[in-house]
Amino acid sequence: MEIGVYSFGDVQRERADRLGPTSDAIINLLEAIKHADKMGVDFFGVGEHHTEYFPASSPSTIIAAAASITKRIKLGSAVSVLSTDDPVRVFQQFSTANIISGGRVEYIAGRGSSTESFPLFGYDLKDYDELYNEKLDLLLRLNLLDKNEDFSWTGKFRPSIENAKIVPQGDVPLKIWLATGGNPSSSINAGIRGLPIAYAIIGGHLSRFKPVVDLYRAAAYQQGPEGYMPEVSIAVPGFVADDAKDAKDTFWRHWHWTMATLGKVRGFSAPTREHFDYEANGDGALFVGGPDEMVERIVNAHELFGITRIFFQMDVGQMPHDRFLHAIELLGREVKPRVNKRIAELKKNG
Amino acid sequence: MDKPSIGIVGAGRLGTALARGLSGAGYEVAIINSRGVDSLSLQLSILMPGVRAMALPEMTGWADVIILAIPLPRYKEIDPVLLNGKIVIDAMNYWPPVDGKLPEFDAYSGSSSELVARNLPGARVIKTFNSVAYGELEEQALPSGTPNRRAIPLAGDDNEVKNIASMLIDAIGFEPVDLGGLAYGVLFQPDTELFNARLTKSQIINLVHKN
Repeated sequence: MEIGVYSFGDVQRERADRLGPTSDAIINLLEAIKHADKMGVDFFGVGEHHTEYFPASSPSTIIAAAASITKRIKLGSAVSVLSTDDPVRVFQQFSTANIISGGRVEYIAGRGSSTESFPLFGYDLKDYDELYNEKLDLLLRLNLLDKNEDFSWTGKFRPSIENAKIVPQGDVPLKIWLATGGNPSSSINAGIRGLPIAYAIIGGHLSRFKPVVDLYRAAAYQQGPEGYMPEVSIAVPGFVADDAKDAKDTFWRHWHWTMATLGKVRGFSAPTREHFDYEANGDGALFVGGPDEMVERIVNAHELFGITRIFFQMDVGQMPHDRFLHAIELLGREVKPRVNKRIAELKKNG
Repeated sequence: MDKPSIGIVGAGRLGTALARGLSGAGYEVAIINSRGVDSLSLQLSILMPGVRAMALPEMTGWADVIILAIPLPRYKEIDPVLLNGKIVIDAMNYWPPVDGKLPEFDAYSGSSSELVARNLPGARVIKTFNSVAYGELEEQALPSGTPNRRAIPLAGDDNEVKNIASMLIDAIGFEPVDLGGLAYGVLFQPDTELFNARLTKSQIINLVHKN
C-alpha cells in the first residue's frame, strides 16, 4: 500500500494577529516534497486553494517544480478544481509535468469543495455538476489521444476545438482519479466511468464511509467498463510525532484553527477538544498519533476499504514547518515500512 | 398519524442519511432525485435497503410527509401544486458560498423557510433537519429517552405538523426542541450559534433565552 502526504500550502504564523507570507508557504511546500521523496514517502499531492492561509493556487506549477527536484515520489493534484479550469490547459500542464518527472505525475480531479475559484474565474455555482462532468469528459478524451491525432470537440462550457494538436504527449497516459467528499452520486460517477477514486474524509468515523465505497465498487462492476478493476484511496487529516500525546495536542491546536475558519463557509462548527479526541482515535478520520498508533490505524483502514493508498494532510492551521518535516520523516522512515510489513503478514496468514 | 409515510426529495448526503435513519426507525420511506427513479436502483440497494424510489408526482400523492433535502436553489424546480396541502419539512439552507447567491433570499431578513413557504402556497411548512451535518445524523443518534441526547431544533406555525416533526426527530435519534413559529427558523440557520452545534435540549433553550 502507498503512504502519502497532501498539502494546500500552509502559511506560518508570524504573530498572534498576523499570518506569514504566502510566498514562504510555497517555498516550504517544495522543501517538504523534496524531503518526502528522500524519506521514502510514496505520493505527494498538492491541492488547489485560493486563500491567504492555503495559497497553493497552481498545483501544476508546484508539481512541475517538484518533479525536477525529486527522484521517486509520485506527485499529483489533490485536488485540482477542474470545474473552473480549462481542461486543455490542465492536460497540457500535467502532461508537461509528467514528462519532466519521468512518468510520476497523476491527476486527481475535484469539483471544488471550497468554491473560491468559482467567482474568481467567473463561473456560476448553479452549473456545479454540469461543468464538472463536461470538463472531466473532455480531459479523459484528451488523455487518450493517439500521438499526433487531430482532435475536435464541442461542448457547452468551453469554445469548440477544431482539428487541433494537443501537445505534449508522454509515453503513458496520465493516471486520472476522481475525488469525492462522499456523496453517493460521485461514487457512482467514478464507478460507471471506470476511474480510480479518492475519498476526502475530514471528520467522523471511517466505517461511515464503507457503504459509499461499496457503492463505488458495485457501480464499477455492474456498470463500469469491461474488466475495469476499482481502485480506492483515502485522503485524511493526520499528523505523526515521536510522542502520541504531543502529536495529538499539537495537531489539535492547528486543526481547530482550520476547522473554525473553514467551517464558516462550509457549514460545520469548529470541533471541541472532546470531539477531536473522539475522531483522533480508533476508527476516527483523524490519523494523529505516534508511529505505533499510525501503523495500526492505517492497517485497519486498509482492511476496511481495500485501499491502495492513504495520504495525509498534516500542515494545516500554520503548523510549524519543522514539525511538518519531522512528521514526513516519521511517516516515510517508520510508519510506511511497518505498515507494509504488517499487510504482507496479514496477507500470508489470511 | 401513527407512522407517517415519508417522501424525501434529494438523494445526496443528507437525503440518504435521513432515508437510512427513518427507514431504520421503522418508517416507510420513498426517495427521489433529479435524475429519476431508474438512476437510484444501485444507490438504494447499497445505501438505503428498504427504501424505494418514487417519482415526485406519485410521491406527493403517497407520502404523508415530504422532506426537501436538495440545494435551496433547486426547490424552484418542484411544481408547487404538488405540495399544496402537504406537510413539508424544509431541510434546506441558504448557503451562498456553496450554492450561489439567490437575490430573493439575500433581500429577505426573515427565515429562508418563510420564503420557501410563501412560494409553496398551501404547503404546511416546518423547518428542521437543516442544522445537523449529515454524518452526525448517523454517528450521534441515540435511543429515545437517553438523557442528554443531542437536540435538533424545529420551527413551524402548525402544531400538528410540529408534533409529527418532533416524532420523526425523536425516532431518528435526537431530542426535538420547538423554538416557535416558522420565523424562529432564523435561530438555527447558517452562521448562527445553533447551526451545527452539538447541544442538548436545555443547552439550546438556555442559549435562546439568553439572547
